[in-house]
Amino acid sequence: MIRIQAVYALAGLVFAAFAWLSLSDRANPRRLGNAAFWGLVALSFLAGDRLGDRGNGVLVLGLAAIAGLGGLGRGQPATTSPQERQALAVRLGDRLFLPALTLPLVVAFGVLVLKPMTWGGAPLLDPKQATVISLALAAIVALGVALLVLRQPLISPLQEGRRLMDTVGWAALLPQMLAALGVVFALAKVGDQIGLLVTTWIPMDTRLAAVTVYALGMAGFTMIMGNAFAAFPVMMAGIGLPILVKGFGADPAVVASIGMLSGFCGTLMTPLAANFNLVPAALLEIPDRYAVIKAQIPTALPLLIVNIGLMYVLAFH
Amino acid sequence: MLTLLGVAAVVVGFAAGLNPLLVVTAAAFLTGLFAGLTPLQVLDAFGHAFNENRFVSVAYLVLPVIGVAERAGLQERARTLIGRFRSVSAGRLLIAYLAFRQITAALGLTSIAGQTQSIRPLIAPMAEGAIEARTGPLDPPTRAAVRAQAAATDNIGLFFGEDIFIAIGSILLMVGFLAASGITIDPIHLSLWAIPSALAAFVIHAARLILFDRRLTRRLGA
Repeated sequence: MIRIQAVYALAGLVFAAFAWLSLSDRANPRRLGNAAFWGLVALSFLAGDRLGDRGNGVLVLGLAAIAGLGGLGRGQPATTSPQERQALAVRLGDRLFLPALTLPLVVAFGVLVLKPMTWGGAPLLDPKQATVISLALAAIVALGVALLVLRQPLISPLQEGRRLMDTVGWAALLPQMLAALGVVFALAKVGDQIGLLVTTWIPMDTRLAAVTVYALGMAGFTMIMGNAFAAFPVMMAGIGLPILVKGFGADPAVVASIGMLSGFCGTLMTPLAANFNLVPAALLEIPDRYAVIKAQIPTALPLLIVNIGLMYVLAFH
Repeated sequence: MLTLLGVAAVVVGFAAGLNPLLVVTAAAFLTGLFAGLTPLQVLDAFGHAFNENRFVSVAYLVLPVIGVAERAGLQERARTLIGRFRSVSAGRLLIAYLAFRQITAALGLTSIAGQTQSIRPLIAPMAEGAIEARTGPLDPPTRAAVRAQAAATDNIGLFFGEDIFIAIGSILLMVGFLAASGITIDPIHLSLWAIPSALAAFVIHAARLILFDRRLTRRLGA
C-alpha cells in the first residue's frame, strides 16, 4: 500500500532542495530567511512524526517568527527570458500542453482506477488519502513527461519550483496553520459559544426567520472559522435540528445540504480560507492580497440569498 | 466567553494587515489560554494539529512541473492559442471553465484542476490572451482584474460542484453528524438537494462574467 508517509518524504526532499538552493542564491538578500523557512517545512515533512507535539509546536513558532519578522525574500534563479520563452513557445507548440494535461489524467486515473484496487489483500493507495497520493503521483509522472518532451535542464524543476514557491511565500503555510488553529478552536469549544450567542439573542419564531438566521449563521460562522466544516456541527446542533427540523418540521436533508452550501458562500468571502482566497492571489502575482475575495463577493452574496429562498421553498415540502 | 477573544484577534489582526502567520499563532495561544490551558499545553496542541494537517501543503508538489513548463513557454503558448479563436472572449472562456469545473467536481474529480495546475499556467494566460488578441497588451489593473476573476471562477466551480458527489468530505460529515443525532439519511439525498444551488451558482456567476466582458469591452474600446 502506498501510504501518505511516502508522499510526505517526497515533499520533504523537495522542500529541502528549495532550502538548499535558496541558501546559495546570491541574488536574494534574504536568502538565509528563505533557506530557514523552507528548511523548517522540509523538517516537518521528513521528521514531523518523530519531533513530538512540542517539537512541532516550536517548529510552527519558528515559521511564524521568520515570516512575521519579514525574513522571507524572493529568490531569483536563472531562467529563460520573455523573448526566449516566446521562441520556445513557437518551436514546441502544443507539445507544451502535454505535462499540464498529464496532471489531470493521472489524478483521474488514481482516483477512479488505482483507488479501488487492492494488492496483497490491502488497498493499493491509503483509502483516506487517495486523492492526495494521486496528486503526488501525477506530479511525478507529469514532471517526467515535461523533461522528456520539453528538454529543459535537469535542475530546472527544482529551480523553477523554488521560484514559484517564493512567489507564494509565507502564505503557502497559512492554510495548514489555519487548519491547526481550527483544532485549537474546537478544543476551546469556540463554536459552541458562538452557537449559544446566536440562539440566545436572535428571535426565530417564524419559518423564514429561522431559515434566514441558520443560513446567515452558516455563512458568517464559516467566515470566522475559515471552514464550513467547522460551522456545520455548531449551526446544525444550535438551530438546524432543534428549531428547523424538530420545531417547524423541515426535511433534514435539505437543511443540511443547502446549509452547507450557504457556508460555502461564506468561504468565498473570508481571508481565513487562505488556500482558496489568498494563495491564488500570491500565485497569480496580483498586488492586492484580497483581490480574489473581492471578485467573489458579488457572486457569493446573491447566491446566499438564493440559498435562503431555496431552503425556505424546498425544506417544507 | 473570553475564549472568543481569539476569534476577535484573528479579525483584528487580518484587518490591521499584520502577518497572518503571526496572527494565527497569537489567536491560538489567546484562545487556548482563556480556555484554561497552560502555554505549553497550547504549544503541544497547536504543534500536534499542524503535524496532522501536513496533507494540506502536499499540493505544492505540482509546482516543479508547472515551473518547467512555464520556463519552456507554456503561458506564452496558451496566450497565442486562444488569440486564434477570435470569437472566444475572456468571459466566455471562463464560463466554459466554470461548467467544466462544476461537472468534473460533481463526478468526484475535485483535484484534476485547480489554482496551481490550471489557473496560473493555463486559464489566466488564456483569458488575458483572449483580450490581448483584440486590444493589445493589458494595463496592470486590468490584468489583475482578469486574473482575480479566473481564480474566483475556479473556486466557485469547485465549491458548487463537489457537493453533488456523494462521497465528498462535506457529505460524509453531514451523514455522520445526522446519524449521531439519530437521523438516518441516504447520502444521495444530500447530493440531490445540492443541485438547485449549483445551478443558481452557475447562472449568477456566468451572468457576472458576461457583464465582466462588457465592462472590459467598454473600458478597452475593443
